[in-house]
Amino acid sequence: MKCLAIAKKDIMMYYLKGPVVIFGILLPLFLFLAFWIGRDLPLNFLMAGLISMTVFFASTSVSPVIAPWEGQMRTLERLLACPVSTSTIIFGDIIASLSFGICMSFIPLLLAFCLGFTPNPVIIPAILLATFCFSCLGLLFSAYPTNLPSTVMMISSLVRFPLIFVSGIFIPVQELPAWGKVVSMISPLTYFTDIARDSFGMSPFLPIYLDFIILAGFSIGFLVLAIKLHEHALLRRL
Amino acid sequence: MMAIEAEDLKKRFGDVEALKGVSFKVKRGEIFGFLGPNGAGKTTTVRILTGIIKPDFGKARVNGYDVVEETLKAKESIGVLPEVSNAYPDLTAWQNIMLIASLYGMRKRDAEARANELLKEFGIYERKDAKVRGFSKGMKQRLMLCMALISDPEILFLDEPTSGLDVQSARMIREKILEIANERKTVFLTSHNMDEVNMMCDRIAIINRGKIVTIDTPERLKSRVGGSVAIEVSFGGKVELNIENAEKVGDKYVIYTTDPYKTICEVVDFARKSSAEIVSINTRTPTLEDAFLKLLEAEG
Ligand SMILES: Nc1ncnc2c1ncn2[C@@H]1O[C@H](COP(=O)(O)OP(=O)(O)OP(=O)(O)O)[C@@H](O)[C@H]1O
Ligand SMILES: [Mg+2]
Repeated sequence: MKCLAIAKKDIMMYYLKGPVVIFGILLPLFLFLAFWIGRDLPLNFLMAGLISMTVFFASTSVSPVIAPWEGQMRTLERLLACPVSTSTIIFGDIIASLSFGICMSFIPLLLAFCLGFTPNPVIIPAILLATFCFSCLGLLFSAYPTNLPSTVMMISSLVRFPLIFVSGIFIPVQELPAWGKVVSMISPLTYFTDIARDSFGMSPFLPIYLDFIILAGFSIGFLVLAIKLHEHALLRRL
Repeated sequence: MMAIEAEDLKKRFGDVEALKGVSFKVKRGEIFGFLGPNGAGKTTTVRILTGIIKPDFGKARVNGYDVVEETLKAKESIGVLPEVSNAYPDLTAWQNIMLIASLYGMRKRDAEARANELLKEFGIYERKDAKVRGFSKGMKQRLMLCMALISDPEILFLDEPTSGLDVQSARMIREKILEIANERKTVFLTSHNMDEVNMMCDRIAIINRGKIVTIDTPERLKSRVGGSVAIEVSFGGKVELNIENAEKVGDKYVIYTTDPYKTICEVVDFARKSSAEIVSINTRTPTLEDAFLKLLEAEG
């Protein structure tokens, strides 16, 4: 499959790039520690939050940097000259991005097991769906046709950091003020966090099946939009 | 069937009309040169023919496939060396070639056999497992050519394949292109290098400001300068040569004339009168460069 070849290339090229590691792993980790230290919060609340945050940041850190980097390195034209469609390229990028999210999600899961938790297995399909959804979201950050990875990282940070505060990670959605609840509904991360909280034995805000359906809806929307936008944006990067 | 057919291609970028109706046909097995000054629209034409961008107007076929309607089929049948493009610097030469092979849907065994063959032919086999980051410019370009050739394409598009390379690398690439053409493959070659185009191409199209000026064989283009001869003369010290048709080119003057005897006498008379020393004087038949400049001048 051609999209697997693209994904393999992405993995070899981009997984170890500095900004991916910094914005995808280290920064959310520090943010989380800052939130944790000095507070008396229940461990299962923290574990659900840590998983949400890891999955979200890891899956949105690879997909947005691919296109600007390809433009900057001038590898893009060589790629576009090959007999592949834009959607194949996009799918390849998504596979690379969600694989990164899945790999990174093992870290908090293992930590949870070590601390004696056995999360509800529903978390596994939720992680698969969420990494896909967030990878597609990441692609929207690079729809702005710049060849500067730093600009794209800035755009993505501007969206990602506010989102984690309204998605029930630090404050459960139930406890948000009315306007907060409304805002949280437009964040796809809310629905994944909801499932994560359920699998760690806390009461979810919505029925779990509804969380899955909404996440799937977001995924399809982001995917269609990403393919449409990149069909134009890729050419403007040449 | 023609290898390449372009019909009235038009393309605009904002205010810039990059192509204003470009038409030509390239026969199978031909090396077709595409010559023009900077910004003439060469790369834009190549990008349309290789399915990377779409024309605003007009049609193009490569190998019989419409580049807009049957883009993937058209792309599968060609090899491309874009003007400014790189292999992936963090991948090895081998991984880069294999990536392209899988994107062309080649079987792994075929791809590996062909890659080994190409890497040896282009003299980079020993470095195949090294990252491209450390390659010299010439090695990178040879690798890009291997990548363009991996699928054994019927038509090869080369956008300034030798620009910026040293004499040796450029010569090697030219020799390989000629070998490829000997296997009845079609080569579409853009270049700024007159000697290169003159030596290699069966026919040449000259493009200027998005329009084809002329299409002809190198010899016929040269003969268009008229039955004239170019006389090159250089003087010791600064001299203003005021003879009809004299043009200053670098440190010498070039005069095109149909009557070389008369012109040489004029030059010598001039030198005597103004007591300027003639360092060298040469006559030569017009080159492709002369033809090129003259045709562009006529265009205005
Ligand atoms: N993506 C683009 N956006 C805006 N303008 C463009 C774009 N591509 C080409 N142009 C413009 O179209 C014209 C033709 O450019 P093109 O690259 O085809 O020229 P060229 O003949 O390949 O020149 P060169 O010899 O410098 O490579 C130029 O004026 C260029 O500025
Ligand atoms: Mg060009």
